[in-house]
Amino acid sequence: MESYLVDITLILDSTVRLAVPLILACLAGLYSERAGIVDIGLEGKLLAGAFAAAAMAAVSGSAWLGLLAGIGAALLFSGIHGLASINFKGNQTISGVALNFLAAGLTTFLGQSWFKRGGYTPQLAGDQRFNPITLPFANELREVPILGQIYYELISGHNIITYFAFIAVPVTAWVLFRTRFGLRLRAVGENPKAIDTAGISVTRLRYQALIITAVLVGIGGAYLSIAQSAGFNNNMSAGRGYIALAALIFAKWRPGPALLVCLMFGFLDAVQFRIQGQVFPIIGEVPVQAIQALPYILTVILLAGFIGRAVAPKASGIPYTKER
Amino acid sequence: MTSLHPTNAQRSEGAAAAPLAIELVGINKHFGPVHANRDIHLAIKRGTVHGIVGENGAGKSTLMSILYGFYTADSGEIRVNGTPATITDSRHALALGIGMVHQHFMLVDNFSVLENVVLGAEDSAFLAPTLNKARTQLKALARDYGLEVDPDAIIENLSVGQQQRVEILKALYRGAETLILDEPTGVLTPDEADHLFRILGKLREEGKTIILITHKLREIMAITDEVSVMRQGAMVKTLTTKDTSPGELAELMVGRRVLLRVEKGPASPGKVLLDVQDLVVTDDFKVPRVKGVSFQVRAGEIVGIAGVAGNGQSELLESIAGMRDQLLGTILLNGEVLSLEGDDGAARARAAGLAHVPEDRLRMGLVTTFSEWENSILGYQHAYGSGPGLDIAKARETAEEYIKKFDIRPPNLDLKTANFSGGNQQKIVLAREMERNPDVLIVGQPTRGVDIGAIEFIHNQIIKMRDAGKAILLVSVELDEIRSLADRILVIFDGKIVGEADPATSDETELGLLMTGSHADDVGTVSEPGTLAPHETPVQQTLTQMSPQDNSGKDPN
Repeated sequence: MESYLVDITLILDSTVRLAVPLILACLAGLYSERAGIVDIGLEGKLLAGAFAAAAMAAVSGSAWLGLLAGIGAALLFSGIHGLASINFKGNQTISGVALNFLAAGLTTFLGQSWFKRGGYTPQLAGDQRFNPITLPFANELREVPILGQIYYELISGHNIITYFAFIAVPVTAWVLFRTRFGLRLRAVGENPKAIDTAGISVTRLRYQALIITAVLVGIGGAYLSIAQSAGFNNNMSAGRGYIALAALIFAKWRPGPALLVCLMFGFLDAVQFRIQGQVFPIIGEVPVQAIQALPYILTVILLAGFIGRAVAPKASGIPYTKER
Repeated sequence: MTSLHPTNAQRSEGAAAAPLAIELVGINKHFGPVHANRDIHLAIKRGTVHGIVGENGAGKSTLMSILYGFYTADSGEIRVNGTPATITDSRHALALGIGMVHQHFMLVDNFSVLENVVLGAEDSAFLAPTLNKARTQLKALARDYGLEVDPDAIIENLSVGQQQRVEILKALYRGAETLILDEPTGVLTPDEADHLFRILGKLREEGKTIILITHKLREIMAITDEVSVMRQGAMVKTLTTKDTSPGELAELMVGRRVLLRVEKGPASPGKVLLDVQDLVVTDDFKVPRVKGVSFQVRAGEIVGIAGVAGNGQSELLESIAGMRDQLLGTILLNGEVLSLEGDDGAARARAAGLAHVPEDRLRMGLVTTFSEWENSILGYQHAYGSGPGLDIAKARETAEEYIKKFDIRPPNLDLKTANFSGGNQQKIVLAREMERNPDVLIVGQPTRGVDIGAIEFIHNQIIKMRDAGKAILLVSVELDEIRSLADRILVIFDGKIVGEADPATSDETELGLLMTGSHADDVGTVSEPGTLAPHETPVQQTLTQMSPQDNSGKDPN
């Protein structure tokens, strides 16, 4: 009995850790898509953020400078996206995909030419990373059965970005539904003409959304390379940007459900690690690849019809042009 | 629809001395090669309803967009309350007390009424105080002007009339003193339009200035104090409403004399060309919409189907045209059974000699991103070239011919169809369908959203087809149109033909009663004429009460 509890706690603990980049990327996408910009480039921004954070942390020795660099890289990518899709009214999806290619190529190229380790950045240690934080009384409460254990294993002992991600969810909900900015943001994604005729700049609002997107996804990237891991490796975002977009659709562009869906994906990922190599009755040992594909298969199945009607913000994907 | 405000005359006398709310001096605006506004001068007196009429593309909407700051004029001056003003975006216009109700509402569909009203006019970064204030203010506005809307209702659940009220509330909440309404009644039911005019009347009483853009002359005559006529980007004339007539206005709009009545000789019906027997048709949700309809159309006659929108006319048309499968029943064309089952029903109907001018030209009649010549052969493309090839030269020849015959303007067969005006788009469809020499022509809403000048032309073309011995089935929600074109009127109600009338002898009341499923004898059970509000005729009252599109059930009023 005891061992099951430990097992579950451990799986949940890694669920949380695996869900963090998804949550950040998903919230990032939420701001952008609520403002009417489809951000398929999340993947590229995540990767660029991860690389810049690791590179800066390795060079400067400071995780915080690394974090800033990660945000900076994502901002740069969002700027390009904004220029292409807001100012020049280009296709948002195509410019986003271009960003993904750019990020994949650029991180490998710069990584190799700067660090000469086949695309890897140097191993990070100590202050170059965000280390786990032990919350007050965690050690004392550890001996308390169940609740104390949950507090110690699940709630305490994460790095600062993890806590930030979980706080960002209610904050996003509040911003979206309780503030002037949120009202306008939602409006510009639904009917930019209503915003324009109310005398508010559509361009400015959409850039503001892209900036928030960049900050969140940049932090998500930094989490990958300097909090969860100790360095950058090639293509380390591994499709998380896309999964985050899928999660956004499941969640129907709402922050609360977005958190739940990201946790669910995190859980699947955690289970996947856990059951690798295990022998099941009848089936025998399941190939690693099949298990690794599980979250993606589930995504397809759920997207194909188990989530009901997901209505995207109406103006999402459409560059705004004043018409006659 | 009929007389709305008996006090027009008094009003304009009182208003004559009023100061100017808005003055436009020498406004010019170009869009590329198009000179949309040429040297416009316009003075609008405070506390009046000022109508602006003109055909589509006359520049009315452009002019108002300039006043509202959506576009900036190339040259010219705007004066608000006598002071020159620079209006470069909508925020300036709002600050100067100019509000606009757009033809296509500028509302966020999944927002509540309250959220829409405060959008862009929030007092602080946090919403709660603004929303509370707006709630109180909406209550006051509802009381003062009859603008009742539930502040927490979601826009997409509201009727079109209520959505329009939200637009008006938006403007008033921002302190608008001058309200611009762009074609406000185009999307309203008669009852909703009536309600709107009552609101406008109240706004005028409170000293607000209203600019009403419309092409419906009846509305101009009913509510405005003054009316300005625009044609081809220029301001033709401003008149006092009580001193003018619809005929004069129509002439000024089109630039030549317009017959508001259709001239036609008596029909000489020949043999039966279209024979519809016991037709049952369901809609997309498998709900029966046409419930056992039988009728015949003979060569050389126009049969009109009259009815309140939503009583099965659309499904009937689509079914006969082969676009919608029928559940039961037979359609005979020229004595032969017409098989319409399957996806290519429309093509077979065409091949058999049935042409169809659909109700909604943008959705069903045209591919608006195609050029004019491509649309001119759509549905008949098999006649151009063999195999996979398309004989473009021949198709362009056809288009050229249609443009000449139907006076399609601009006469540019490479222009994207979306860039033609409504009337000219309709002419493209009509030319395509009429020039194929069909035996039977079925026409839905031939003049919806079409200019006066083009209406006259289209009506004459339809009469010409009749005189050439074709059978014509006409469906229109415009009772006037049916009465002036049709030789026989069939009234449809709730998917059934409930009566037949002779347009020469029947009057509007009789038809109206049939259209609502009641007969002249049992009027009393439906409505007591004596109990009605004085501004509505009994017919309208019944029509709007019974109309399936009416949303008055949701209306707290």
